[in-house]
This record gives sequence, structure tokens and C-alpha cells, in this order.
Amino acid sequence: MTDTALKTPLYETHLAAGARMVEFAGWLMPVQFAGIREEHVYTRTACSVFDVSHMGRLKLTGDDCESLLNYLCTRNLAGAETGRSYYSHMCREDGGILDDLIVSRFESYWGIVCNGVNREKIFAWLSKHSPGTDVTIEDQTLSTAMVAIQGPKTMELASEIVDADLCSMKRYRFRVFELMGMPVSVYRSGYTGEDGFEVVVPGGFVKLLLPKLLGTKDRPHPVIKPAGLGARDTLRIEAGMPLYGHELTEQWDSLTAGQGWCVDLTKDFVGAEPMRKLREQGLPRRLVGLQLEGRRIARQHYKVYSGDQEAGEVTSGTLSPTLSKSIAMALIASEHTGEGTCLTVEIGGKRVAAKVVKLPFYKRPK
Amino acid sequence: MKVPTDRKYSETHEWYLIDDDNVTVGITQYAADELTDITYVELPEVGTTVAAGDQLGEVESVKATSEIFTAVGGEVIEVNTALVDHPELINDDAFEEGWIVKIRPNSTEPLTALLDAKEYRLYVRNAG
Repeated sequence: MTDTALKTPLYETHLAAGARMVEFAGWLMPVQFAGIREEHVYTRTACSVFDVSHMGRLKLTGDDCESLLNYLCTRNLAGAETGRSYYSHMCREDGGILDDLIVSRFESYWGIVCNGVNREKIFAWLSKHSPGTDVTIEDQTLSTAMVAIQGPKTMELASEIVDADLCSMKRYRFRVFELMGMPVSVYRSGYTGEDGFEVVVPGGFVKLLLPKLLGTKDRPHPVIKPAGLGARDTLRIEAGMPLYGHELTEQWDSLTAGQGWCVDLTKDFVGAEPMRKLREQGLPRRLVGLQLEGRRIARQHYKVYSGDQEAGEVTSGTLSPTLSKSIAMALIASEHTGEGTCLTVEIGGKRVAAKVVKLPFYKRPK
Repeated sequence: MKVPTDRKYSETHEWYLIDDDNVTVGITQYAADELTDITYVELPEVGTTVAAGDQLGEVESVKATSEIFTAVGGEVIEVNTALVDHPELINDDAFEEGWIVKIRPNSTEPLTALLDAKEYRLYVRNAG
């Protein structure tokens, strides 16, 4: 671990809770508490809290925020509603994905939550395009903290967090509350495939908030338990959600990554032109789900074959705790992406049979 | 950290227990904890002849894939088939239930160069 790694305000709390820490995106983060599998299953059946303070949090103010963001984002943000969040990508001119992020329209400003690993890149990208516009960008990552509360029991516990009716709030909506005199933004969103909230608070305040969620060492909360980045990763893979550096990279575009739903090609934005061409000509490769035989895990960059012909490579994989099956996402030449197509993945020098399946692997019961 | 004193340890985190004419090989609890939830164990076939330093198999977890080596050469006479369906036995009990293979060694000489429990403990502390 490098000495320069950043620590979230909850660093000491994690250590006291027995977390195993790893460096991730320049931050010292808990990878697991009780164990990845156990935390995964617990999130699917009850309620977990994740420290996601490493995510970048930017605040944009000024009259030109909407037009600048709409020019840099794949999603159409013209007329964005106050109190709504929009999942979007930002791309380079050639369509390469710079990051996936959530843009939120507050009453008097805009908020961006981006990947921790891309925080400085996105700040620089916004800054590069803002001269001559009325947009001020502030990086609030280090002065705030963010936790995700996820799982089917989250809603019934929500009233313990804030004294308000959060259940009526729809997905990808958010509200700002005052809690003990502090501003608290509560978003109904997450990265696990479960219902839940993501909460942004002033940095130091999270240490007061967390005992409310987790209880104390002597009196732990009867339901809510902490979970780490390990479980967060296996949960998002089951939910078919892309991760930057795996399914999303500068090497390919949002359509290829299977995220065309957040791309509006009818508007003008950076990266639109190459994506229009791709749409016209057809995508040469696509992101698919794979289900493998056996228990071996297909990891990033493992080669995928159709017969003897190389067909693509794995972007993420895990042994799904919910399905007890080896699952993976992979970028594959389009001719091999039909549902049910039989492929193989090379694992440890052997070819393991795999079948193209629909994403997501897991959908929460309604 | 649990490190039984009845056996020898390698710097690649395998343990070796000599009983009668055989050597039982597994990975240490430290290694199992580091790997986190083990999801798959690739076992050699019974009857395979291995040389000292050979790869015996692989242990896979949610986090990583790790190779298992043997410090002794000989014939694989038994493998822990319980690991096929329950690889998590290694996490639960790396030194007993989670053993991996039994080898009839050509020679136990290579084991003398390995670490004892105290040295392994120190090695892990310094490496960590």
C-alpha cells in the first residue's frame, strides 16, 4: 500500500470492525468484513451498508451547466427535472468511454458522482470544456462522504435514517434533508441490483450517521451489516452492471458496451458521430453475458473462442453466489452473440464450455 | 494466526505434514484467508508423478487464482475429493479438513530446508 492512498472518514471505523483493507482507485477501502460470499448473500436477503466515499463527487454551478453537461454526456439532459438523477456516460471525440456517472439536477446546482479512479480525469475534462461558459466546478469528494444502503430490507429501515417518507420516492430520484443540522442527500439508487439508497453527507458527519445505521460494537444493529468492495463487485456482476476498467473503457464506446439506452444519438454531444456510424453499420462486437460450465471463474482478459476461432475476451467474471454458477461478461464478435450460442473460455490452459445468456444474470423479485 | 507446530511450511504458503511414509500437503490458513472465499480447487490425478517444485494444482477464490506447488517429489496417492463440491473446506479448516493431496515422497530431504512454524509465522509477519 502506498503512503499517498486516501482514507475515507470511515477508515478507522472499518479497521475497528475487522475489515480487510485494500488500495482501490487511490483509496484505502474495505474489501471485506465477514467474507465476500456472506456479505453478498446478506445484501440479497437483508440489508448492507457500503462505504463508497471513494466515488468522485463534483458540484457544478452556473447558468450554463445544463448545456455543458448535455454536450459532454451521452444522455439527453435538456430539461432535466429537479430531484432526478440520470445515469450517463462521457465519451471522447472518438466515442471511447471516459467514465460512467450519475448526473443529478439539484434546485440551484448540478451534482456528478463519477468513478473514484476517474475523478481527476472527469474534473479535467469538464474544466477543459468550461472556459467561456458560466460553469464553476468544485470537487467535493474529500469534504463529503458517501454510503450505500442496499438490500430488500432497506425500505422498512429507511425511517431510521431520516424522518420522512422515503418509500414514495421513485428510483433515480433524490431528496436533500437536514439531519442534526447537516445537509444529507438521499438518492434511491445503487450498484447491487437491490433496492436501496445512496447517501451523501458532509465528511466528518458520516461518523455520526454510521452508528445510526450499524449500531455500536456492543449493540450492533439487529439487521444492517457492513459490506465491502468485494461483495459490491460480485453483486454488480450478477446484476449485469458494467464497471469502469472492465466493461467500460476508452478502447470502446457506449453502444458496444451494451449501454445504448443511455445514449441519445438525436442530440449533439462529444462522441456522437462515431457512435452514429456504428449504429448505421452495425456493431462489430458486443457485450454479452456468459454462463460457464463448472465452478471455475473466467477473469478479465481471458480469451473466448467459437470453435478454434478467437471470438473475444472476458471483461468480468465470478462464481455467482445467488445462482451457484460461474458467470461472466465478455466482449464478443457480434456473429457469436446470439442467445444460446455455445462458446468456450480458456481458463488455466483448458477450454471451458460457455453459453451466451441474457443480461442481467439476476433480477430482484418485484 | 493459527500455525500448527507439527509440520513444515513453504514460502509459497503450503504446509507439509509427514505421517508414516506419506506427506500430506495443503495451504496455510493465512493463505486461505488472504484468498478469501475459495470457489474451486484444481486437483491432480491420483497416480501422477510430481517432481519437487512442480505445480500440484490451483486454488481459486472470488478474488484470485493461486497455484499450489509441492516441495517434495513423488507419487500422488490420494487427493481430497471433498474439495470438489466443498472447496470452502479450505477456508473453514485449512490445516485439517482442507488438506489437498497426499504424496508418497521419493525423499523427504527437501522438507528439511523448509520453514518450521515459528519461522513461517515470522515470514508472514515480515511479508505482510
